[in-house]
Amino acid sequence: MKKLISAVFVAALALGAAQADAKEWKKVRVGVEGAYPPFSEVTADGKLVGFDIDIANALCEEMKVECELITQDWDGIIPALQARKYDAIIASMSITPERKEKVDFTNKYYNTPAKFVRKKGSGIEITKESMTGKAVGVQRATIHDNFVTEVYGDAVEVKRYGTQDEAYLDMVAGRVDLLLADSVAMLGGFLETEQGKDFEFVGPDFSDPKYFGEGAGIAVRKGEEDLLNMLNQAIDTIRANGKYKAIQDKYFDFDVYGS
Amino acid sequence: MEGIDKLIEFVPLMLDGFVVTLTVAFVSLAIALVLGLITATVKLSSSRLGRGVAGAYTTVIRGVPDLVLMLLIFFGGQIQVNNIGAYFEWDYIDVDAFTAGTITIGFIFGAYMGETFRGAFLAVPVGLLEAGYAYGMTKQQVFLRILVPQMMRHALPGLGNNWLVLMKTTALVSVIGLHDLVFRAGQAGGSTRLPFLFYLFVAFMFLAFTTVSIWALNWLERRYSAGVRNA
Amino acid sequence: MDFAPIIENYRLYLDGLVTTVQLVFWALAIGLALAIPLAILRRSSNPLVNGPVWAFTYFFRGTPLLVQMFLLYYGLGQMQFMIELSQALPFLKSAYWYALVAFTLNTCAYTTEIIRGAIAGTPYGEIEAARACGMSKGQTYRRVVLPSAFRRALPAYSNEVIFMLHGSAIASVITIIDLTGAARIIASRYYNPFEAFIAVGVLYFCITFALVGGFKLLEQHWFAHLRPREEASAKQKARQAA
Repeated sequence: MKKLISAVFVAALALGAAQADAKEWKKVRVGVEGAYPPFSEVTADGKLVGFDIDIANALCEEMKVECELITQDWDGIIPALQARKYDAIIASMSITPERKEKVDFTNKYYNTPAKFVRKKGSGIEITKESMTGKAVGVQRATIHDNFVTEVYGDAVEVKRYGTQDEAYLDMVAGRVDLLLADSVAMLGGFLETEQGKDFEFVGPDFSDPKYFGEGAGIAVRKGEEDLLNMLNQAIDTIRANGKYKAIQDKYFDFDVYGS
Repeated sequence: MEGIDKLIEFVPLMLDGFVVTLTVAFVSLAIALVLGLITATVKLSSSRLGRGVAGAYTTVIRGVPDLVLMLLIFFGGQIQVNNIGAYFEWDYIDVDAFTAGTITIGFIFGAYMGETFRGAFLAVPVGLLEAGYAYGMTKQQVFLRILVPQMMRHALPGLGNNWLVLMKTTALVSVIGLHDLVFRAGQAGGSTRLPFLFYLFVAFMFLAFTTVSIWALNWLERRYSAGVRNA
Repeated sequence: MDFAPIIENYRLYLDGLVTTVQLVFWALAIGLALAIPLAILRRSSNPLVNGPVWAFTYFFRGTPLLVQMFLLYYGLGQMQFMIELSQALPFLKSAYWYALVAFTLNTCAYTTEIIRGAIAGTPYGEIEAARACGMSKGQTYRRVVLPSAFRRALPAYSNEVIFMLHGSAIASVITIIDLTGAARIIASRYYNPFEAFIAVGVLYFCITFALVGGFKLLEQHWFAHLRPREEASAKQKARQAA
């Protein structure tokens, strides 16, 4: 009887110890893309800047943890999270049902619609007839890739790029006729730059949650409840105390949080 | 020519990339030489299991494209290594682009060099080895003092070819994001809008590298053939 | 390891396979066709003829295939005249042609050198015999030198074919959906790079295996006259004993 009690006691202690392992987060490593201006990019001297970067730093400040930003290619960004290269992804990643199967998301931290971009004077409209035979450039494995493949896939040629920057390059070279990506990213990263001056938005805003998710959220590994709650609380805090607005105003003169 | 000034502006960046390319090439070479020697020795040994494993290694490596292997080790290796790591509760082990690139290239050319070394080992006249044994040398002594030096002469042409191909294969590491010469050329070309100029520059750097390598290999061949009458 | 998404998307892999095989086949075929006359030119003692061909092979053998492809796709493709030409001829907008041209030029350079080496290895006796029979230079080439050169070039050329198959994987870097391109899409979409790339590695391995087997058969057929005589005499002895 004594042995049984001590065995149960030890088991409870072990369980308790395992749960006490339920982290005291002192340092959070954050995965970022660094190739999606104006949300995240690497300057010529190697510094990370952008909306996502500033949000990440602000959240870490709120959570009173030390932040380490680690760049990662978009293609491997979720596998690297699961491999523990970092603990959270802040890379304008949209919250979609497919991704939710692999990772957990916080609440959104912004939500902007997607739009098509065409060359000025090309006259392409966003209808199946007008787009037939044209080439549409998207970033591989994004909600935009998903949308174009499913909805227009049989009419257009879908060209997938590793980064959005590569898509811009081919657009300028005339190899794709349309681009689909986040409207704000394309505005700041392409249309308002030197190389994007001959291009313009066309067609409606796209924000159907079925394809475009519920906005951009922060991804964490499944089961990391504490980190998830900490991040959600931090998001609410910076929304309430004006830090969010300060960061937003630095990059945009409109609201990106959405409804 | 238009853009020469831009080219000069970016030369430091390109040289950075060239250093990375050279590092990848030489580290991979080291890995490949070691793997090649081991593979050749095992293939010529009496161990059935050893020969089977070595045979499988060379067959598989020569049956799969370099790029696919590199993507597998870079993207997939990250996950697998850390799955194992999670089991043992190690901290995160970073399989970065440099590691993945050099391991991949080292592995691939280890297989090719294994074949080269094997042919070279077989080309050494048995009489030389027998003479060594007759003098009472141990197996290790015969291997180190007679077999390897004699073998090098036969191996050099093949190894030279392997090296030239290896050195060009390093360009693939730019695909997994390593900031080598080709990657830098892409960056520079993209921002100056003069990709042709920068890629042409890279092409000529590789040509120069090839030419220097060929000279060095010729010199090495002559050194190792000292005393051998030409056919 | 979960291979389900890969099996679900077998169509993507199949399309990729078709693209790869097409690309490699045409590159090899055109490259070989161009390489034969180039190899003959390369044998000329006139430096004005020999020189340009030598420069061509030196450039394409001394630089990585990836750089050659980038030179064409990013380099040429972004020049103003090329952009205008692509507007006029829409098929030029596709990345396929740039990859095809790059691969063709590359394999042509290597094949030229292989055939040149094989021609150089022709036993002089055969050429003497042809001349004694009164054949002209052209006839000698056509009836004596080239056939035996192809036979000599076979092992080296089979290596070149395998290298071209493996090299074609880089087409995926410029958005072409070949076998490797299909694997990259699956890997990104389903977050299972390990399974995706292993599956495609196995496919490449099978194709390589088939090619190697095919070349072995070809070698057996073309080198039948060089097989050890013991085989023939052993057969005779067996027949006599029976």
